[in-house]
Amino acid sequence: MSGAGPKACAAPPVGADGILRERGQREVFCGLTGIIWLHRKIQDAFFLVVGSRTCAHLLQSAAGVMVFAEPRFGTAIIEEKDLAGLADANEELDRVVTRLLARRPDIRMLFLVGSCPSEVIKLDLSRAAQRLNQRFSPNCHVLNYSGSGIETTFTQGEDACLAALVPELPFTDARQLMLVGSLPDVVEDQFLRLFGDLGIEKVVTLPARRAGNMPGVGPNTRYLLAQPFLAETGTALDKRGAIHLPALFPFGAEGTTAWLHAGAQAFGVREDRFEMVTAPPRERARKALAAHRAKLAGKRIFFLPDSQLEVPLARFLAGELGMSLVEVGTPYLHKGHLIDELAALPPGTLISEGQDVERQLDRVQAQRPDLTVCGLGLANPLEKTGLSTKWAIELVFSPIHGFEQAGDLAELFARPLNRRDLLRV
Amino acid sequence: MQLTVWTYEGPPHVGAMRVATAMKGLHYVLHAPQGDTYADLLFTMIERRDHRPPVTYTTFQARDLGKDTAELFKTAARDAYERFRPQAMIVGASCTAELIQDDPAGLAETMGLDCPVIPLELPSYSRKENWGASETFYQLVRGLADKQRRPPPAVGEAGPRRPRANILGPTALGFRHRDDVVEITRLLSQLGIDVHVVAPMAAAPADLVRLGEADFNICLYPEIAAQACGWLERTFRQKTVKTVPIGLNATREFVSEVCQVAGVMMPGAVDQGRMGWWSRSVDSTYLTGKRVFIFGDATHAVAAARVAAEELGFKVVGLGCYNREFAREIRAAAEKYGVDPLITDDYLEVEDAIAAAAPELVLGTQMERHIAKRLRLPCAVISAPVHVQDFPARYSPQMGFEGANVLFDTWVHPLVMGLEEHLLTMFREDFEFSDAAGPSHLGHAAPAHVPAAADAPPLSVPPATPEPGGWTEEALAELGKIPFFVRGKARRNTERYAAEHGVATITRETLYEAKAHYAR
Repeated sequence: MSGAGPKACAAPPVGADGILRERGQREVFCGLTGIIWLHRKIQDAFFLVVGSRTCAHLLQSAAGVMVFAEPRFGTAIIEEKDLAGLADANEELDRVVTRLLARRPDIRMLFLVGSCPSEVIKLDLSRAAQRLNQRFSPNCHVLNYSGSGIETTFTQGEDACLAALVPELPFTDARQLMLVGSLPDVVEDQFLRLFGDLGIEKVVTLPARRAGNMPGVGPNTRYLLAQPFLAETGTALDKRGAIHLPALFPFGAEGTTAWLHAGAQAFGVREDRFEMVTAPPRERARKALAAHRAKLAGKRIFFLPDSQLEVPLARFLAGELGMSLVEVGTPYLHKGHLIDELAALPPGTLISEGQDVERQLDRVQAQRPDLTVCGLGLANPLEKTGLSTKWAIELVFSPIHGFEQAGDLAELFARPLNRRDLLRV
Repeated sequence: MQLTVWTYEGPPHVGAMRVATAMKGLHYVLHAPQGDTYADLLFTMIERRDHRPPVTYTTFQARDLGKDTAELFKTAARDAYERFRPQAMIVGASCTAELIQDDPAGLAETMGLDCPVIPLELPSYSRKENWGASETFYQLVRGLADKQRRPPPAVGEAGPRRPRANILGPTALGFRHRDDVVEITRLLSQLGIDVHVVAPMAAAPADLVRLGEADFNICLYPEIAAQACGWLERTFRQKTVKTVPIGLNATREFVSEVCQVAGVMMPGAVDQGRMGWWSRSVDSTYLTGKRVFIFGDATHAVAAARVAAEELGFKVVGLGCYNREFAREIRAAAEKYGVDPLITDDYLEVEDAIAAAAPELVLGTQMERHIAKRLRLPCAVISAPVHVQDFPARYSPQMGFEGANVLFDTWVHPLVMGLEEHLLTMFREDFEFSDAAGPSHLGHAAPAHVPAAADAPPLSVPPATPEPGGWTEEALAELGKIPFFVRGKARRNTERYAAEHGVATITRETLYEAKAHYAR
């Protein structure tokens, strides 16, 4: 798909820790993209991007969907006159927010979301949030975070959003388990039921579905990360005295078991009870996975960096479905949170962090994997060269966590291969 | 600051991408932060392109800002040149890079790359996508066209040659540009005219070099090509064909203008397609006076208004565009149809205007498709911005005589068919074929079932209630018996009648008084 340049044959510079780190063009979304799911997760929150026309255009293009109803996000587009003086930009922002909240009185939580241009002109959104809070509290709580491309990559936007929420959470002494990371409602309900059946009395989620229901946090809070991209949120929770329960992430039968087990152990759940509660859904998950194993086992898969889900998904595909990992690319590698995941990968797996898209695509073409997981900008061009692809963004937009979704997760990877076998065109 | 939910146009560098992606052998080096690569998917997903757009992004991050982003740009430009070996390059900045003022133009100039490098200045905080495409194309034409080139003599050694035209304006992500070019090329060929260069679509920089060898230019999409055509006219004295051949009559005028400019005889018989007869045939009688609201880019909107009014017998009840650069054209057309021109890029304003006009058909962009769906109105798409379903696999031009056929089919299809309209009016309370189910040939899929649709007017028309009291229950019930596609109009007319005649409470009688008063 691209001409082979002189650099194409250079050996990848693998570091001492066995990880390939590259700098170059990064074909990834910025953190604003997280708004697409976050605005649905927190049902009375509004996300106002303070940015450029590019940001607005990204938001309506990124997901490839347009929402029929007026969405709970929008962009305050910076114009030429706003660049002339920051005092005026602040006044303009206040005017826009006032108009927005008058139009949407149902909004209880407003996120001012920083963008590349707002960062570069140093528009201080945390001060703007304070100022606006004084005006609109208690009807609407105004927070801010940055989803800019210069600071965040794709799912890091959710991390920044949740990290902004943590200092605002009320204090609680209660002994509780907190599940962190926005999950599809159906998955969240399944996990809450499972932990309930395990006998853990108080289980809360961050974020909650409504602004007024955000959980408390304190030294007796133990938290499980449901997503691998929540580095800042984890640090913010640690500062509030909460304690992280490290575990595999809940993908596949094994990952879900390990994740639930970490929670159960921290709350003194007896092993026989854990076995009794988790064995039936775990068996269902294994059964569902078996249906896809024939298609996927032995197939070679290449991950281009996208959502930071790559390492746990690679572990799941290799361990539970027998896929062979050609390269596992990830935008960032948070070794602390991924310590168990990295240990569970087959020895010698090539992990790459960061990206030089042209060189990485050269490697894809040299390796000709059976399946390439990549962003939407690359999928059709790769298909044209005869490679099967899986849109990475679908992994962020589908219920894939937990026992009941393990089969669905495998199916997402099997579908492009099945389709390829099916078509006679 | 402008509060925006959905936007009609992207930033100007996306316009530049539409030009670069349409062309061959051109590469665009864009100084832009991480994340701006999202624009690739517009082309690879919406248009299903099987190649990546020829764009290299510097994708700088915060850690680069403290260091040398200019060096990053130079590395990216050099690597892109080495890898892709383009015939020419364009360089520029996206909105964020504009703020850090690295001056890609100046940097590229010092690099001594072995190909023409055309710098783009696209002010992101004041301009938009169409302007960016137009400016990019203009700069490319200005920078690359060889001013020494002229058309060969009209009569050569082998006798007189055929006149030749450049077709200018089609880009990537354009609404049906792909098929319009095929249709217009075919039409020109029937007129005995050769196409010299089509640009930007499928043109290489080397093709732009030889633009001056054509006898004249066809400005197919003024939003993109008008500026370049003006420069070519001044530089090469090439005339510009300005009629945009959308619709039967516009295509006829296009043929006549082309023949005049090319100096060829009008052909005796050109196949003009079926549209004219389809519209004159008795089945189309029910189209008469259908109220249509039109919004899009100015060129497509003005053309659609003419087709609607002259060729389908619709009544234009709203007309507007989102690109202010062409507001004058919209104002002139709006005056012709006696409506207020709507010039805005605020989606919510367009929605309000459509709701207030209570049309029976909306012709618009992807955005109006959403508005129409919410208001439960039939809709057809006539202009960018468009989505994946507007890039059909089949041949489906908007221009030329085949384009006119396509317009007839796509605009008439969403409407309730002739006799069905009567049946719905006659038997309002049929449990199965109620108007809440939508036109039956659309498989009951179009408008979702809306409970109590008979009681609640489907349009969020501002309740212009003349007096306290407003509608009596029986009058509302009677209103509910009017099919949905004219109910909005009936309600509005009745309320206007009541207001003008000082009627305090709208009864069933008022409804029929108003009906008689506004009988068309």
